Amino acid sequence: MTSILCQQLCKTFEQGGSLIKGLDHVDLSIEPGEFVCLSGPSGSGKTTLLNALGGLDTPDQGEITIGDQRIDQLSKKQLAHLRLQKIGFVFQAFNLVPVLSARENVEFVMQLQGIDKAERRQRSDTILAEVGLAGLEQRRPAQLSGGQQQRVAVARAIVSNPVLVLADEPTANLDSNSASQLMDLFQQLNQKRGITFVIATHDQRVMSYCRRLIRMQDGRIVSDETQPGKIALQSEGVAPQEQAL
Amino acid sequence: MNITLTLAWRNLWRHRRRTWLTVSAMVFCNVLLIFSIALQFGTYGLMIENSLKLFTGHLQIQHPKYLDSPKLHYSIDDAAKLQTQLQQELGENWALASRGMGFALVSSEERSFGIQVVGVEPGREPMVSSLPGLVKSGKYLPSAPTETIEIVIGRKIADNLKVELGDELTLLGSGRDGSFAAGIAIVTGIFDSGVSDIDRAMAQIPLDDFQTLFTMEQQVHSIVIQGSSAANADALQERLRQWRASHVKQSFAPVWQPRHWDELLPGVRQAIQSDIASSLFLYSILTLLVAFSVLNTQLMSVLERTREFGILSALGISPGQLGRLVMLETLLMASLGFALGVLLGAIIVYAISQVGISFPGMEEMHSRFNMPARIYPELSMLPLTLGPAVILVGSLLASLYPALRLQRLEPVAAMRAA
Repeated sequence: MTSILCQQLCKTFEQGGSLIKGLDHVDLSIEPGEFVCLSGPSGSGKTTLLNALGGLDTPDQGEITIGDQRIDQLSKKQLAHLRLQKIGFVFQAFNLVPVLSARENVEFVMQLQGIDKAERRQRSDTILAEVGLAGLEQRRPAQLSGGQQQRVAVARAIVSNPVLVLADEPTANLDSNSASQLMDLFQQLNQKRGITFVIATHDQRVMSYCRRLIRMQDGRIVSDETQPGKIALQSEGVAPQEQAL
Repeated sequence: MNITLTLAWRNLWRHRRRTWLTVSAMVFCNVLLIFSIALQFGTYGLMIENSLKLFTGHLQIQHPKYLDSPKLHYSIDDAAKLQTQLQQELGENWALASRGMGFALVSSEERSFGIQVVGVEPGREPMVSSLPGLVKSGKYLPSAPTETIEIVIGRKIADNLKVELGDELTLLGSGRDGSFAAGIAIVTGIFDSGVSDIDRAMAQIPLDDFQTLFTMEQQVHSIVIQGSSAANADALQERLRQWRASHVKQSFAPVWQPRHWDELLPGVRQAIQSDIASSLFLYSILTLLVAFSVLNTQLMSVLERTREFGILSALGISPGQLGRLVMLETLLMASLGFALGVLLGAIIVYAISQVGISFPGMEEMHSRFNMPARIYPELSMLPLTLGPAVILVGSLLASLYPALRLQRLEPVAAMRAA
């Protein structure tokens, strides 16, 4: 079963009076449970592709299918619903809601999904403990370190059991120790929960964790390789998530 | 607490000073509206009661055509019997008194003027009118019949005719049957109502003398009814209509009509409506100012949080939910302004309602409606909530624009915003 399928994706931006190709006829297929890195220099199209996959941006041309649903023609509201139910995002700048505590940041997404309060509380505390933030649930983002904030962001991204997590330069604002811990966490979640990860990065350490490395340049995929990937500390692999996309 | 509500509430206090400034503007306008409306309601109540109490009464029983054409022959037959029946029907809470009204040329030794001559029941008139109590020189008409006609006149008539107490006045007019009506009356009292139309052109004589003078037999032109409050006039009018339908035989048209004070003294209602219309303009400006203040606050709040809204959108919050979040923030802010405004307004209105308030330069208007020098604002639910409710709705409407802007939000562009 194909998780993500992109066909002939094109996206053009206007910058300083000239047209720049963000995506240039990109074809891509990602299977459920894959751990994929998109790499390449700045402006190569990593983030543009990530945004298109997450329904944050619509391509000028081409098709994107997640599971059996074409998403390139959905309305804003339908895309928002898709993101809420099926896709988790982790951003470079953490992007937590500053006035909410760690627990509330995690619970917020579940509330929007209509999950009742008791279950929200139980799931958010479990997931925060899972990412190593037990005891810090009441703290607001400003009271957490960068690494801790990114862990909250990860908890928020996976708490609603998404089938796909898109991470855009997730380690860029982290020190090397925090970055390694985050990537270990990603790998564990990928293996334990079978969540598909697509990570845009130009950090070599991050790339070393991935089992599939896609290199981009000038909006095109220039190489697509599989590699062993680092072995996570807890490598109890589980089958890729079987839920229908 | 619901997280969306928590988020909205905490978002409000990110910029405490700005939020408090906006809330303060709401509170100020709410207090101003509460006080103004309470004062207006208090003034209107006084204006109505005092105007009616002076002479008109809450209702009058009249010949159906008398209101539009006040002629002598549009009178009520066998008025004494009708008055007794009505008094029995209505009970002691309502005071009734009969009147006859005609026009006459009144002359002193030096001058003559046309005036309205009102025949009253001296014993009952003080129960329906405050005019007998406003006799400043001499005394009001005697309850017992006298050999000569006694008359009380307004201060301005007395000045115009150059007469004093005890002087004789000659009354010349035309009787109900078209005969020549003439009589001599002795001035026994001079009243000063403060209403120039009454003081300049009204005189009262006993009803018996009036009926003799104007050949009215046992007929009168009105039976004045005065109760505890003008607010009961609607119900009383309906009650009297029903009583008439069941007790009075009518061939083609009713023989009398219960006239509401609104019909008898339309100027009072018109004055109130005119005052309300001019106030509404001022209140609309106030509401508009608050709405712009809210619009400014919420627009700034939305613009500076563009990136955050982009993130929330990326997490799966729909544009509609983002708009509702902004409106929820406005609702919380406006509710705070509402609550504080009503509380402060109630305290201020209560305090002033205990001591009253007077406005320099308003004496003329007050005397025109026979009102006291001090006005007491009315502390009730309507003046307390009407203005603040309009401000709350206006604030919510003002937040529609920033909320609608979010419907066009593009997550990627928004997240790039500084």
